[in-house]
Amino acid sequence: MSIDYQAVIGLEVHAQLLTKSKLFCGCSTQFGAPPNANTCPVCLGLPGVLPVLNREAVHMALLTALALNCRVSPTSIFSRKNYFYPDLPKGYQISQYDRPLGEHGRLTVLSGERSETGKIVNRTEKSFGIRRIHMEEDAGKSIHEGMPDSATKSYVNLNRTGVPLVEIVSEPDFTSSQEAYDYLTHLRKTLLYLGVCDGNMEEGSLRCDANVSVRPRGTEELGTKVEIKNLNSFRFLQMALDYEIDRQIREIAQGGRIVQETRLWDEAGGRTFPMRSKEEAHDYRYFPEPDLPPLTLDPAWIEEAKRSLPDLPDAMAKRFMTVYGLGDDDALSLTSTPRLAGYFEECARASGNPRASANWVMGDLAYALKNSGRSIDECPLPADRLAALVQQVDSGRISGRMAKAVFEEMYRTGASAEQVIAALGMEQVSDEAALAGVIDRVLSANPKQLADYRAGKEKLLGYFVGQVMKETKGQANPAVLNTLLKQKLAE
Amino acid sequence: MNGKTRLWRDSKPVKINDACDIRDSIRSGRISAEEVAAAALKRIEEADPRLGAFVTVQPEQALARAREVDVKVRSGQTGLPLAGIPVAVKDNISTRHLKTTCGSRILQSYVPPFNATAVQALENAGAVVIGKTNCDEFGMGSSTENSAFHVTRNPFDLDRVAGGSSGGSAVAVAAGMAALALGSDTGGSVRQPASFCNVVGIKPTYGRISRYGLVAFASSLDVIGIIASSPRDAALLLSTVAGPDTCDSTSARVPVPDCLDGLDRPVKGLRVGVPREFFDPGLDHEVKNIIDDALRNATVLGCEIEEVSLPHTPYAVADYYIIAPAEASSNLARYDGVRYGYRAPSPRDLADMYFRSRSRGFGAEVKRRIMIGTFALSSGYYEAYYGRAMKVRTLIRQDYEKVFKGVDVLMAPVSPTPAFRIGEKTDDPLAMYLSDIYTVTANLAGIPALSVPCGFTSGGLPVGLQILGSHFEEATLLRLAQNYVNSFPVTAPPPQV
Repeated sequence: MSIDYQAVIGLEVHAQLLTKSKLFCGCSTQFGAPPNANTCPVCLGLPGVLPVLNREAVHMALLTALALNCRVSPTSIFSRKNYFYPDLPKGYQISQYDRPLGEHGRLTVLSGERSETGKIVNRTEKSFGIRRIHMEEDAGKSIHEGMPDSATKSYVNLNRTGVPLVEIVSEPDFTSSQEAYDYLTHLRKTLLYLGVCDGNMEEGSLRCDANVSVRPRGTEELGTKVEIKNLNSFRFLQMALDYEIDRQIREIAQGGRIVQETRLWDEAGGRTFPMRSKEEAHDYRYFPEPDLPPLTLDPAWIEEAKRSLPDLPDAMAKRFMTVYGLGDDDALSLTSTPRLAGYFEECARASGNPRASANWVMGDLAYALKNSGRSIDECPLPADRLAALVQQVDSGRISGRMAKAVFEEMYRTGASAEQVIAALGMEQVSDEAALAGVIDRVLSANPKQLADYRAGKEKLLGYFVGQVMKETKGQANPAVLNTLLKQKLAE
Repeated sequence: MNGKTRLWRDSKPVKINDACDIRDSIRSGRISAEEVAAAALKRIEEADPRLGAFVTVQPEQALARAREVDVKVRSGQTGLPLAGIPVAVKDNISTRHLKTTCGSRILQSYVPPFNATAVQALENAGAVVIGKTNCDEFGMGSSTENSAFHVTRNPFDLDRVAGGSSGGSAVAVAAGMAALALGSDTGGSVRQPASFCNVVGIKPTYGRISRYGLVAFASSLDVIGIIASSPRDAALLLSTVAGPDTCDSTSARVPVPDCLDGLDRPVKGLRVGVPREFFDPGLDHEVKNIIDDALRNATVLGCEIEEVSLPHTPYAVADYYIIAPAEASSNLARYDGVRYGYRAPSPRDLADMYFRSRSRGFGAEVKRRIMIGTFALSSGYYEAYYGRAMKVRTLIRQDYEKVFKGVDVLMAPVSPTPAFRIGEKTDDPLAMYLSDIYTVTANLAGIPALSVPCGFTSGGLPVGLQILGSHFEEATLLRLAQNYVNSFPVTAPPPQV
């Protein structure tokens, strides 16, 4: 009988803080500037320079620590992590080591299995431990490929050097790749809500490393852990974890041993592979950074940060369920980013119809955004205009079907619902006399269908509706049409 | 060398190493800044080939700068407390567009794009930076023999060291090549060469002068210090360059008093402690006698002398030589040949580039300290070395806190011996380290201390008296020193250059 193994996973997440300037100097943090444009003597590590801590970065890290329910240290210490690398100009990284900003936090995550359609089934609420959160500066970037003389040279871009990061280290609380995925999704969402990180994994503003081990289910002792780096998307995280868990179980089942090592995710090969051991044999020789006094947080500052914490995604989702009567799937989906949640809420409030607003936002709007390759931030249709469209349907001025065409035109041109309806002559026909004439014409043009209907084939009602709609170019008020048509058919 | 170079105008001499006199003379129009700069440059041309105080001299820039100052002074511009005063700057302090080598081959051609805050303060005050002075590589040494370029010789005996690591700055002032100089003091590097060269050297409180632009050796110990030919001149320069700096998070947010104010006020009743641990058997007999005389002189000034104890002093050198190398091993990691500084030609790979650039770029003493420091911070050794050293440092600081509850200042020797012979200790690093025994504690405790000339040995070598005070008490130290030289001026023997 084979042994049943359980995975033990912990995540280390690096999030780039959305400050305007770097952690220890005044240089811009803007992504995509020409190589080495965002540098100064301080972040270049020229002889004699000194770091000066960015207060805004501390504030953002503090908000994060509080949102993750960490115990915030009134005094934390910066240390030097010493190692040689060309993209590390000082030869050390300034980071918090033995006295981090926050410890002993928790993140509660709505988790569960997903069906094939992506719906959450068997929903559970799980709470995962946060071991610590600390601040540090980013390193630069070594470029080994893609330059004209890359065969013989490597290049270094130091724009990223000194950009502020928070490192968020979880407890090894995840037992599946799905849990790790849900945690990371939720953590990212939380950072977006706090406005401290843009969560962009492609540009590297959110990075994730994982520690993985396996052990026989029900046992306490942890197996040898392996660190996996280079997990630059949610999908890679899940794939790499699944691969690695499987690899470790196979290894042990075959009588092998797990080696403590760092492995990289190989996107093309769909596998993890060991990093050369030479690169990981580091003794970082941490010691307190003598150029920076201990970081002392005034209690008033902490209190003020607590007060300024925005609605976090869970609270927002729960509010959407109770206030707007949304189901948990819709509430979760609409709160995936703060901008989307904000958009929905504005539309729901302005239209007075949250249900319809939710459908529009998750349906036609999401589809249109996806097709035009835009994010909600770049949405050409303001929420109040979408709300006006919802009201046009609710007032019966246009039909739901017409509204779809109106929506498309509004999304394309940015015009208001009023303007589009007028321009397309899409006003709904509710006038009974006018509709009665059309119905009469349709009935007399289809004697066979009329006879069949009257003989009991009531399914043909839809056929007549369709014909009238065709005649009126879809402008017939469906409710009025239905009543009238039934009357005429019964005559 | 007092009086060696004189400029004559209205039949009154202006000594190149009397900053206050130069300042007054330029203000009154008796002499121009350009004339002063030219005289200093001429003196350098004459004397420096034998002394080796400078690594880089910038004659054209200095003269141009002096002319600018003259224009400002003539147009009546005020707020230039150092107008036209020629200042030498130790070569580990960054000067914009002027080579800053730190006495190292690895930075042989490095030109900073910015000024150290202290240098900027000099320029703002109208000073004329005349050149960069020689030092032990990255400040690591007590004799300026560890410079990658040349040895700096003692003007009182050319076969002897100038002291170090700020040997070039001390000699520049002592030999009348500059009126004032900036040095740096991590374990005595301003006070000891000042003592060896018969000038005043002050190491201010840690954080009193911004370290921004001072190339780091040991960040928690480094301070920019001042060398001058009198306490008054030192006070003038200190008042100008000290103060909080937003670029240095460790600079003290403490207002700087005008140290010139009340400098001559009597010191009667000042309580002076004499730490018995500083008079150990290693103290040269002749130096001890000179210091004893100085203590008697202090009683003549009205000071109340009493013996005190700083019990942890015997551990100070060992403590210092863990902490300083540990920090240095990290501070010097940036010299990797990647962006600036020396890079070994045609490296095989990255590791080879690091290895050969650093092996060739650094001198033996620097490499020794990097190795010691790397070891002290290593995993498994940290607590036994660095961790324990930090605890001992706290005990040393507490010794001073306790003693300053009972006395205002301390008096002690600066160095156990006068200037030693060139080459005498180069093969014995431990003997060299032990010569820092009386100076390192002030750095470990972060307190201010100065060296003021107090006598000569029978062999004609200068001896300095060390005065130490509690944090931010520089004005008291300078006042006591000024009172001392007013009453007991040292007559220097004839100079050799």
